[in-house]
Amino acid sequence: MQPTESSQANDQATQNKASQPSWATSENEFLCSVFHSMLQARILENKLSSLYKAGKIVGGVYLGKGQEAVSASLGASLIRDVDYFAPLIRDQAGRTAFGEDLLDCTRTYLGSAQGPMRGRDGNIHRGRPTEGMPAMISHLGAQLSVLAGMLFAKRLQGSLEGRVGATCIGDGATSTGAFHEGLNMAAVEKLPLVVVVANNQFAYSTPNSRQFACNDLIERARGYGIGGFSVDGTDLLSCASVITEAVRRARSGKGPQMVVAHLLRLSGHGEHDDGSYVPDHVRAGHYGRDCIEIAMRQLVEMGAATPEQIMGWQESIAADVQRAVAQAQQEAGPDPYREDWSALSTQFPLPIRAQATTQPQDAIEPTTPFA
Amino acid sequence: MSVTYIDAIHEAQDHLLRDNSSVFIYGQDVASFGGAFKATKGLSEKYPGRVLDSPISEDAMIGLAVGAAIEGCRPIIEMQFADFSSVAFNQIVNQAATHYYRTGVPIPITVRLPSGGTAGSGPFHSQSMEGIYAQYPGTIVVTPATVADAYHMLVDSVALDDPVIFCEHKFLYRWLKADSIRGEHLPIGQASIIRPGKHATVVAYSAMVHEAVRAADRLKEDGWEIEVVDLRTVKPIDMDTVLASVARTGRLLAVGEAFPWGGVTAEVISRVVAEGFHLLDAAPQRLNSRDTPVPYHPKLWAAHRPTPESICEALRKLLSF
Repeated sequence: MQPTESSQANDQATQNKASQPSWATSENEFLCSVFHSMLQARILENKLSSLYKAGKIVGGVYLGKGQEAVSASLGASLIRDVDYFAPLIRDQAGRTAFGEDLLDCTRTYLGSAQGPMRGRDGNIHRGRPTEGMPAMISHLGAQLSVLAGMLFAKRLQGSLEGRVGATCIGDGATSTGAFHEGLNMAAVEKLPLVVVVANNQFAYSTPNSRQFACNDLIERARGYGIGGFSVDGTDLLSCASVITEAVRRARSGKGPQMVVAHLLRLSGHGEHDDGSYVPDHVRAGHYGRDCIEIAMRQLVEMGAATPEQIMGWQESIAADVQRAVAQAQQEAGPDPYREDWSALSTQFPLPIRAQATTQPQDAIEPTTPFA
Repeated sequence: MSVTYIDAIHEAQDHLLRDNSSVFIYGQDVASFGGAFKATKGLSEKYPGRVLDSPISEDAMIGLAVGAAIEGCRPIIEMQFADFSSVAFNQIVNQAATHYYRTGVPIPITVRLPSGGTAGSGPFHSQSMEGIYAQYPGTIVVTPATVADAYHMLVDSVALDDPVIFCEHKFLYRWLKADSIRGEHLPIGQASIIRPGKHATVVAYSAMVHEAVRAADRLKEDGWEIEVVDLRTVKPIDMDTVLASVARTGRLLAVGEAFPWGGVTAEVISRVVAEGFHLLDAAPQRLNSRDTPVPYHPKLWAAHRPTPESICEALRKLLSF
């Protein structure tokens, strides 16, 4: 958990009130809130898995099992209504921590027309783009430049200060051109973009050895001229401290930051996949640890939470999840006969505009509709 | 005073930047250099911070535009050549074009594609990509053929709330002149009959409009009156204007500079056949480039694309039925 850059000695903490999440009144409270999101994601995703296996979910189910500490630490380091978060497929915990409504998840997975995607897109391809959470496309690395654009717009509008954009991607996504183009562009534009790479060692079934040839993906940060951090993704305490630091640096004007979290995906790529390509010795190794169990032990040992409290959280989360599933299941799906089947917001034919062409040549400056 | 097609594009961008603070231009070499074709010359000085050089990253350029559009901007992205937009294909068709349907949030971006062939430009600086982008839901694809359209359609494109692929023809940049950037201002989505006739209809767009008019001039010497329809917008296609013209002439030739497999001309023919079969007195014809990459040598290039000669030949055949 060492930053690869040590130029932070003179770092002036930004005085902007947005620089610290308001609820982070103490480290213990922060850790408990991160853990709560991890727990909620795990309980929710276990439910999604059951629903999938029972044939209640059409299409894929993608879980973040084993990646909750990383994802929730990122989501919790961000400020809703200020920051942007572009989650990927294993970021239920980050979504929860950022403040996504449980119903957005269950409605999208279960095809309710009342979900944010209205049945037009499913599962993890959901978002609320005008509320700081763009909806991912399946093409990996594509969200980096979109986040860069959201931040770029804020700079143009004079309201970038104190704001960050963050996204999670996997080891496989670092091989795409979009990843390179997006991160390089964000670096050139010096935008406050935080990219958390969850190196879970397999991109679907392809191991790191067939994905990249550098020793550690963190080496790439130097190549992009950005801050780089490495962290044990199974360890909540490390994740929380490293990721919040990366976010803080981006927020204080130090440009893009990249965090590489080492861990192992504890499920298949999707619930259709048993992950049998992961060798036993890897599963049994350090990164095969379950971050939730580790976190629980850490919180209890440091006195941040008691086992009873955690049990209580589990029970109330399970009830919340059950309610969100039940509600989404009761709601109607989209109606193909009432769907407007239009991919454009523009309605054609357009009216003929009364405009300046009838006026004498060069009598006035030509006008645009914005004039 | 005469203004060129590229002047109109420059002027439109100048006025858009002037009138709307949410407009910005992002592209390779567009800032102090003024763009490969000088379409943004002087604008970065006039509008500081709003005309910016991008890295050579077409995919990320469009991604950035999409993100900025979500946050209320109206970006204009200049692709240095239409051909290079293939690198941005994913962001255009999968990110920008799906966004409104998926999320309900429209993406008002305008992607300028310097399109089409000029002598000596070769396979990678000559392409016409309109058909590719039109094939995907969620795009509006425009192909201005006149100086006035270059101005008005660019202004109107930026005002639309959806992604617009603005195909501007490089051959027309300095060759095409007019007295003013004004002139007739039709809305996007409406075709225009730029030369009335009664014996056959040529549906064309972009630079091919001018080749079609030349062909019509030649056939006039033989007494044929050819109607030329400028599509102006290839998506959506104004079928009302096309069908009305075919109803008058009974004969249709669709001309495009793009490759011959599928594309705009095929779409026009298939729609006319489906919607106006009874209007046709002869099998409709189409003329496109040859089915090879666009060649470098001027002699090969001139024979690769439709020319007034090949359009005349196709029309004579059409008129002989």
